[in-house]
Amino acid sequence: MENYIEVRWHGRAQQGVVTAAKLLGESCLISGKYVQAFPEFGPERMGAPVRAYNRISSDPIRLHCQVTEPRYVLIADPTLIGVVGVTDGTPADAVFIVNTAKPAAQMREELGLKGKGARVYTLDASKISLETIGRVMPNTPLLGALAKVTDIIPLDALIANFKENYAKKFSDKVIEGNVSAMKRAFEEVKGD
Amino acid sequence: MAITTKGQIGLTGNTAIAYAMKQINPDVCPAYPITPSTGIIEDFAGFVADGEVDTEMITVESEHSAMSACIGAEAAGARVMTATSSQGLALMWEMLYIASGMRLPIVLTNVNRALSAPINIHCDHSDSMGARDAGWVQLYSETVQEAYDNLIQAIRIAEHTDVLLPTMVCLDGFITSHAIENISLISDADVKGFIGAYKPAHALLDVEHPITYGAMSLPDNYIEFKHEQSRAMARSKAVVSAIGAEFGKKFGRSYGLFDAYRLEDADSVIVILNSAAGTTKVAVDELRAQGKKVGMLRPRLFRPFPFEELAKALSGAKAIAVLDRVDSMNGFGGPLFNEIRSALYETDSRPKVMSRIYGLGGRDYKVKDALGVYDELGKVVSTGKVETLQKYITL
Amino acid sequence: MEKESKGGKQPLGGVIPKGGTADDYSTGGWRKLRPVVDNTKCTNCLICWVMCPDSAVITKDGKMMGFDLEHCKGCGICAVECPDKVKAIKMEEEAD
Repeated sequence: MENYIEVRWHGRAQQGVVTAAKLLGESCLISGKYVQAFPEFGPERMGAPVRAYNRISSDPIRLHCQVTEPRYVLIADPTLIGVVGVTDGTPADAVFIVNTAKPAAQMREELGLKGKGARVYTLDASKISLETIGRVMPNTPLLGALAKVTDIIPLDALIANFKENYAKKFSDKVIEGNVSAMKRAFEEVKGD
Repeated sequence: MAITTKGQIGLTGNTAIAYAMKQINPDVCPAYPITPSTGIIEDFAGFVADGEVDTEMITVESEHSAMSACIGAEAAGARVMTATSSQGLALMWEMLYIASGMRLPIVLTNVNRALSAPINIHCDHSDSMGARDAGWVQLYSETVQEAYDNLIQAIRIAEHTDVLLPTMVCLDGFITSHAIENISLISDADVKGFIGAYKPAHALLDVEHPITYGAMSLPDNYIEFKHEQSRAMARSKAVVSAIGAEFGKKFGRSYGLFDAYRLEDADSVIVILNSAAGTTKVAVDELRAQGKKVGMLRPRLFRPFPFEELAKALSGAKAIAVLDRVDSMNGFGGPLFNEIRSALYETDSRPKVMSRIYGLGGRDYKVKDALGVYDELGKVVSTGKVETLQKYITL
Repeated sequence: MEKESKGGKQPLGGVIPKGGTADDYSTGGWRKLRPVVDNTKCTNCLICWVMCPDSAVITKDGKMMGFDLEHCKGCGICAVECPDKVKAIKMEEEAD
């Protein structure tokens, strides 16, 4: 059977979850992994719920279907909880990282995971991004948090990829803002 | 772009196709972007604007005009490429036949998307299968890597003097076009060397040798033109094989007319195109681990249809399910089913063949769907009877 | 391998592979009406030469010399376009 890490990102259009999946995929690829990063598009409007996925493996990936049983779920917008099935298909040892100012214990309750084995982490990614990047863009902070609470990718690799591959696209200020956002999220993410 | 220690980078199907177009550097690219192939033209327009290619990009008012401009430019003597999807390819329909009838080696990327109605932007093969008899060579691609490699080979196939036919490279909308996957790129110099310079058979802009394109041909010779076009299509099969082998020798990735997976002693076989083949391979491995004799075959070349080679490869099977991501709406299964079944008519073994239509309008095709089909095939193998000749799955 | 079609090798893609081939194609036989010019009335304005769709008006040194009946299809445009004050071209029944 195939051996994958599977990740699902939940957000709304324009919150950067497709880019987050892309950044995670690229960073893992640089470290020698085989990756997939792909979005699931619905109505293409600002604010519409969007999902994006990653598969990461040491072997070439042949599956070309959606990720339906992700172990890792990142939620860029907590207002989606209860609106879309953020816990659908997740295994007992799933890991949830939620952008919210609320503590993880409370999020666990809202996710309906009280007394379950899943790990739940929270961070105020919106606030972090506002203070570092200058606008609400929770995607890079969520990546920083992922680096902290899982061993999918080290923080250094995320930062190195961002600095190396986005220097042309973004100004130094934007690059630095995102790097600080990842670093702060790495420090501030908390479990219950 | 992120580059790994293995020399690989992560690109979406659309980005990889645009990058191949940049390396090919066609003379003219008339285009009218449409989802999900928009990214190709968007990226390529960027290369044009940045001066990385010297392509004449023509923004037109419809896909009909895009293909018309392709025809005019190719007849003038230019190397021409474009990309489209779905309704776009449908709107090109009458011009597709003119491109092939005039023997103009235009290369088009079709990012497979369902046809309206109901309106849908997601993957199925209704668009390119609708154009299957338009006289274009058709290559289908399982991965981002193969789509990139196919496009580079398509230039050589189309422009080969034994062929001189327009060629279409198909890849799955969103599943391949919008997914980042690992891919190894070929250097610009190697691509340039592989495709060579384009020497048109005739060129309207060659004023030393004036010619007429688009003349009338009546009953006294129309059929002869079509006969020659048909023979060129038949000849292209050998060219596709030879170029796939040459590509493999130069760049380490060989391509044949089809991709056979664990087929040698397989009793039950799924035949399927494009990205869903990868998902099917995972199901094959799962069943092989249980000792079940199952395999998969993925045609890469659909036009011309390599009926002899496919029949030979499948003749050892006992039960075959042909999975089409399109319905011919003929009351008798999909196009791939009909042609595979017809190809097997001449074999002594005559395996049982059934049609399964899946994944229309982007409906997900999972490992469990493939396992379900293999389960049905297992029953056909043990009873020797096909209970349901044709049906929809993934409903 | 299938043998060549009875029509033999056709020009690729239906192109006409050289210029001026219309000259070899006699269309004079399509004519029902034949143009006839009255040289005493003709002012050599050459409007007929401009308007003729088959380039079948013969000219020499800026003068109207008559018609190339190998290619004239007898459409009568020359007769219509010949100025009203001149009317030097008449269409006559080919059969007469």
